[in-house]
Amino acid sequence: MKALRKFIDKQKPHFQKGGKFHWLESTFDGFETFLFVPNTVTTKGAHIRDSIDMKRTMIVVVLATLPALIFGMWNVGYQHFLSLGETTDFWQNIGYGALKVVPIIVVSYAVGLGIEFYFAQIKGHEINEGYLVTGMLIPLIVPPDIPLWILAVAVAFAVIFGKEVFGGTGMNVVNPALVARAFLFFAYPGDMSGDKVWIAEKADTFSGATPLGNALVGNFNHFHSFSDMFMGFIPGSVGETSTLMILIGAVILLYTGIASWRVMVSVFAGGLVMGLLFNWWGANEYMELPAYYHLVMGGFAFGAVFMATDPVTSAQTARGKYIYGFLVGVMAVLIRVFNPAYPEGMMLAILLMNVFAPLIDHYVIESNIKKRLKRLKVAVNS
Amino acid sequence: MSTVYSVKKGLDIKLLGEAEKTIIDLDAKRFAIKPPDFIGCFPKMLVKEGDSVKAGTPLFFDKYRENITYTSPVSGKFVEIKRGAKRKILELIIESDGKFESLDFGSTDAGSLDKQQVTEKLLKSGVWPLIRQRPYAVVANPDDTPKSIFVSAFNSAPLAPDYELMIKGNEKALQAGLDVLAKLTSGKVHLNIHAKLNHPDTFKNVSNVQVNTFSGPHPSGNVSVQVSRLDPINKGDVVWYTDVQGVITMGKLFLTGKYDSSRMVALTGSEVLKPRYYRAHTGANITNMVVDNVTDNKNRFISGDVLTGIKIESDGFIGFYDSMVTVIPEGDYYEFFGWAHPGFGKWSFSKTYPSWLTPNKKYRLDTNMHGGLRAFVLTGLYEKVFPFDIYPMQLMKAILVEDIDLMENLGIYEIDAEDFALCEVIDPSKISMQELVRNGLELMRKEMS
Repeated sequence: MKALRKFIDKQKPHFQKGGKFHWLESTFDGFETFLFVPNTVTTKGAHIRDSIDMKRTMIVVVLATLPALIFGMWNVGYQHFLSLGETTDFWQNIGYGALKVVPIIVVSYAVGLGIEFYFAQIKGHEINEGYLVTGMLIPLIVPPDIPLWILAVAVAFAVIFGKEVFGGTGMNVVNPALVARAFLFFAYPGDMSGDKVWIAEKADTFSGATPLGNALVGNFNHFHSFSDMFMGFIPGSVGETSTLMILIGAVILLYTGIASWRVMVSVFAGGLVMGLLFNWWGANEYMELPAYYHLVMGGFAFGAVFMATDPVTSAQTARGKYIYGFLVGVMAVLIRVFNPAYPEGMMLAILLMNVFAPLIDHYVIESNIKKRLKRLKVAVNS
Repeated sequence: MSTVYSVKKGLDIKLLGEAEKTIIDLDAKRFAIKPPDFIGCFPKMLVKEGDSVKAGTPLFFDKYRENITYTSPVSGKFVEIKRGAKRKILELIIESDGKFESLDFGSTDAGSLDKQQVTEKLLKSGVWPLIRQRPYAVVANPDDTPKSIFVSAFNSAPLAPDYELMIKGNEKALQAGLDVLAKLTSGKVHLNIHAKLNHPDTFKNVSNVQVNTFSGPHPSGNVSVQVSRLDPINKGDVVWYTDVQGVITMGKLFLTGKYDSSRMVALTGSEVLKPRYYRAHTGANITNMVVDNVTDNKNRFISGDVLTGIKIESDGFIGFYDSMVTVIPEGDYYEFFGWAHPGFGKWSFSKTYPSWLTPNKKYRLDTNMHGGLRAFVLTGLYEKVFPFDIYPMQLMKAILVEDIDLMENLGIYEIDAEDFALCEVIDPSKISMQELVRNGLELMRKEMS
């Protein structure tokens, strides 16, 4: 470690102002701070600081996605062999899944981080860690058979137009991972929807419909059981199938306090309430689907835990978070049931509410301001 | 008396090096008044280097508020003006003659004087700057009549000194000082005590004030918190405040007619070998406190607490308003994969480090930033240690874009930079919030004047 530190200290001047590689300063800094927490000390304000930094924060989120990722890899293999009618063991499934999923992760990180480094460089900033999470979320919300070049295009679009044009991590309006997915959905619908894409290299004769796909066409006879959907033994995007694994991630996020329980709980509440409303209405078979099914189908759980809770793009006030989360849940179920063109309502619901989150915050803050002005009025009149 | 104002949001950072309750005399030769302690003050000198002074001899006045003079805390010789960049005056150093003689301002019972006379006496002796005002945390304007005056009888900051020790033996001066304050306001004088940090009997016999009990973690001792619970500041309101030692100094001025700047100072921090209390005077040099009494590390010396104090050298001077000196290790080291390490033994408010398993452990924290500067990312975090009905992040963003109306609407009058200290400590984005808020307050003050 000491030798490494010495080596870095020796190379550092080349990357600083006046050095030959000055144009790579941010990149160098990115690698240096990745290896070593810097030696900067407090100069103004409080003299002591918390041990947590943005790297630690982001790595905890990545950690929380791991159960869903590992299960997702296994499930990719399991679904593939199931469609072929072959029986396989755990390691075969996960091996096949890894072959499919690891390249997706590599492409996601390589393209996204490349762009992040480039932007940090031209702005002369330190590298933002936000993409560590986005880069992991994107592979989890795409089908396992996604062509890698399409993925690369989507990632580039998401990072540039979803984030960097607004000023980078912390300034973006919509969730970049969902921008990538929305881009794929609208630009390459053939690779992102239908019954064919959700199982990797599926046998042609096997129905690869997801529960959402089945529900949409009214195919409730061959519907997956609730326990299958909860455990995740269903076709779907890589990391979104197992509600159980997602909930393990949720526990990590909530316990460390990095994700807001307000958002998470209210998304589930919103979905459940909307589902119950539909049950009560009961105009068609989809509406009669038990409300709690909605919470384990498609990307609902994944969206609620990892997407809606993004602290930057969700509402930022405590009261706003309840409203925002609840509406995400309501909209997701509403879109699913009412709009046959978009079977996955969660993605659109979150993107929509991302856009409305500042408005929700505005009214919450406005009420705080009004309270203050009212107090002033009372004081003046008395 | 029966209502306890409980502060729920906040955080007590537990540090090593709490001062033992032994008190010794500090043998200090040099004393200093530091104009930067008085926010917005532009000093115009009244003495020259080499002049002899007594306690209460005017050293300078504020160019913008000429009626406020700042006086020498001790008797001796005015020896040096220490200047910084652009010749800004940083320290006015006085070499003590060891006699602690004061000019005579005449002993009078505050009860027989009116507001005008009380104010004049405080101004003339240089005791006045002990009274500060909200908004802006500047020295109070003698022409104002505050709607109330706040005195906190406890300090909730990490390693804070026990104010009870300071009051012991000075009960009479405390009461006299409270009588002085009562003359200055049209409203109430609030004396705020803490359910655990104060002994209930200490204030059993005080009169002329309303005693309020607070409970809960830091920042329950911050003036802003107490004001927000008892008499919130609206636009146009002025509230004054001072601390217990300030009240005692005022009381002594009226009881004896002398400016007695003696105050008790706690020497604390993990790097102090014998943390304890010292009988000192305002602006005392800390050399004799820390020589042979701190570890051999590279240390940081702070006048004040670790959250809001000012960095000084090992031969520096205690700030005008400070009752403690903290010594902690500097943190200028690299840490291999520090962010990925499980981090046993490291302190964090978040549960991303295992420090939550040992809530009562006391830590030896250093000055390392533990990360680089980032934009605001996490939301809903700062509110956990910010016990106001104010949106801290939104207010800071309003300050960043210098939106005066929004700053006002979001409640900037109700807070001071120190209220953001805890947010600053726990911030994963490592933003300098106190500086940011201070800039906002200064911008506001310039706009409103």
